[in-house]
Amino acid sequence: MFFKQTASLKLNDAVLQKALKNAKGKFVDGRAASVATIDNWEDIRTHAAALRDRAIHNLDAYLIEFEKNATRRGAVVHWAETAEEANAIIVKIAQDNAVKTVTKSKSMVSEEIALNDALETAGVAVLETDLGEYILQLAKEPPSHIVAPAVHKSKEQVAQLFVDHHHKPRLTDIAAMTREAREVLRSHFLGADMGISGANFIIAETGTTLTVTNEGNADMVTTIPRIHCVITGIEKVIPTLEDFATLIRLLPRSAIGQSIANYLTLTTGIKKPDEQEGPEQMHIVLVDAGRTKLVGSEMSEMLRCIRCGACMNHCPVYQNVGGHAYGWVYPGPMGSVLTPVYTGIENSGDLPNASTFCGECQVVCPVKIPLPDLMRKLREQQFDMKLRPWSERWAIKAWGFFVSRPKLYALATRIGARFASWMGGRGKLIHKMPGIDGWTDGRDMPAPEGKTFRELYAARPLKP
Amino acid sequence: MSARDNILARIRANDGKHGSTAEAELVAARAVINARTRGPLPTFARHDPMQHFIEECARLKTTLAEVDSVSAVPREVGRYLSTVLDSPTPSISVVGWPEFTALDWQSANIDYTNRPAIGSDLIGLTGCFCAIGETGTLLLLGARNTPKVTALLPETHICVVKKSRLVATMEDAFQLVRDEMGELPRATFFVSGPSRTADIEQTIVIGAHGPYRVHVVLVP
Repeated sequence: MFFKQTASLKLNDAVLQKALKNAKGKFVDGRAASVATIDNWEDIRTHAAALRDRAIHNLDAYLIEFEKNATRRGAVVHWAETAEEANAIIVKIAQDNAVKTVTKSKSMVSEEIALNDALETAGVAVLETDLGEYILQLAKEPPSHIVAPAVHKSKEQVAQLFVDHHHKPRLTDIAAMTREAREVLRSHFLGADMGISGANFIIAETGTTLTVTNEGNADMVTTIPRIHCVITGIEKVIPTLEDFATLIRLLPRSAIGQSIANYLTLTTGIKKPDEQEGPEQMHIVLVDAGRTKLVGSEMSEMLRCIRCGACMNHCPVYQNVGGHAYGWVYPGPMGSVLTPVYTGIENSGDLPNASTFCGECQVVCPVKIPLPDLMRKLREQQFDMKLRPWSERWAIKAWGFFVSRPKLYALATRIGARFASWMGGRGKLIHKMPGIDGWTDGRDMPAPEGKTFRELYAARPLKP
Repeated sequence: MSARDNILARIRANDGKHGSTAEAELVAARAVINARTRGPLPTFARHDPMQHFIEECARLKTTLAEVDSVSAVPREVGRYLSTVLDSPTPSISVVGWPEFTALDWQSANIDYTNRPAIGSDLIGLTGCFCAIGETGTLLLLGARNTPKVTALLPETHICVVKKSRLVATMEDAFQLVRDEMGELPRATFFVSGPSRTADIEQTIVIGAHGPYRVHVVLVP
């Protein structure tokens, strides 16, 4: 289903609307309060954007350095051009090692490639361990937010899922539900054959992969099973530990208004012979799946993204329709850019248009991605490829015709303003405007006074 | 061509570069790495790290106590546990790192076991490599005698922090690791307060998969 149709359904979903309203306040106010504690936030953003750009503009060199250092520490680095290749690599690792059970911490790349389906098909049981992801696995739903995947669920819905799957008395208290999930998942953490995690960043200097979490689940997934498999995008590489220190000042504050996430787990290679914990095998799967298309393109800034979710938290469109309306893994403004690029612009027509261009996403982006510019570039591509409806293309062409002829434009707007003023009548409100009747179906349009800006400007009293 | 070669070739072609990655480009990348340029720090991060550590611990819900010698740690652990345990028990089981085995646990009614924690252990005691003032963070380096599971699996994590091992920022902590360890150990684990989640209705719950409580004991 296309964005417009799904969005209408979501706007009429009372449970979702309540959840979104609740989340909006917490994310937006939380970020603002925590950013306010940093006196040089802008300097840190500028430095972070520059260091991400430097890595992206020398991506091949940093990936080669990363691979060299990770390999030196005993990890095996795999490369996957497509989702299918990535799934095949991980399924093979599981099969080669007789893996029956997998615990998994949050990974958006794994959502992109539908890794869980591939593993289940191969007979491997996969358990999501992030509480939000676990809830969605029980509900058989995709995440609707990249940081808070179950943000669209009410506690009553979660309570019902737990009753259905845990077969225990219904709980009403969120802390009690969290404890029940902890108790159910604990034995799985301890017994799994393989742990799969994503990586927030990978560090070229040391060959390190790392996770940023609050729950502690990724720390178990990367430490306890005998095999640890990391799946991540090739754009996640940063040169140094110092770069990580800069980015981690931005990430949790932008994401959830925390000065630091509770657990930062840096894993470098396999366990040493004398160690009592840690995996015997570490596999790192570097995934392309569309990312190289962005390298060197007019949208390469998108590769800076550190997946904090601030753009969606602050987007008036996301705040009203939620993440599922966007139709793929990444919602909000970042999704409106990534989905067309990764899945094809012809498959995601409404997304670059699902924005008011208010610019808030760019203002809050910790690595200064010019998201409205990128969406505008996609709109231009859609226009050139004739992917927009004829009426919209005709209207833009007509507007272009008038606006490039100033005298004609002045005449047309004079007539238009007077006509619209007449339409407004005594109440000065237009109840139905042909051409934008979708908009006036839900609200009245204030009628103009009858004179254009240029007329008023020309008639203004001159300064004495 | 392998997937690796294809990906690297596409990166270079799209970036307008010819051929495969030149040695000079790798040398340039390594020079950037070796420069280890630090980014701008917030002003507060340069102020009194101890003051900041105490404030940040309070915000993270990490509790804090100070004793005047390492030998006083068992008494403090006993005192702290009596405040959090539901009912008094004749002897309290604590698992922990070997460096604290020799302390006088008996007089504090604590049964101390030197081993990595398992899933059913309730109280884990660790030291740390260093602590970070800016964020109230404990840095643990997992190794033979410093297993990180002990800080992760139990419901209560008690961490002994030497005041001399407090640094201002994460950058300082990484430099200390390079200076003393040579390279980053396999498990480099930054802990900032008890585990938490807000995945149900964005309501913060302390105690998700990791500890419900983190208690820091500062020693000289």
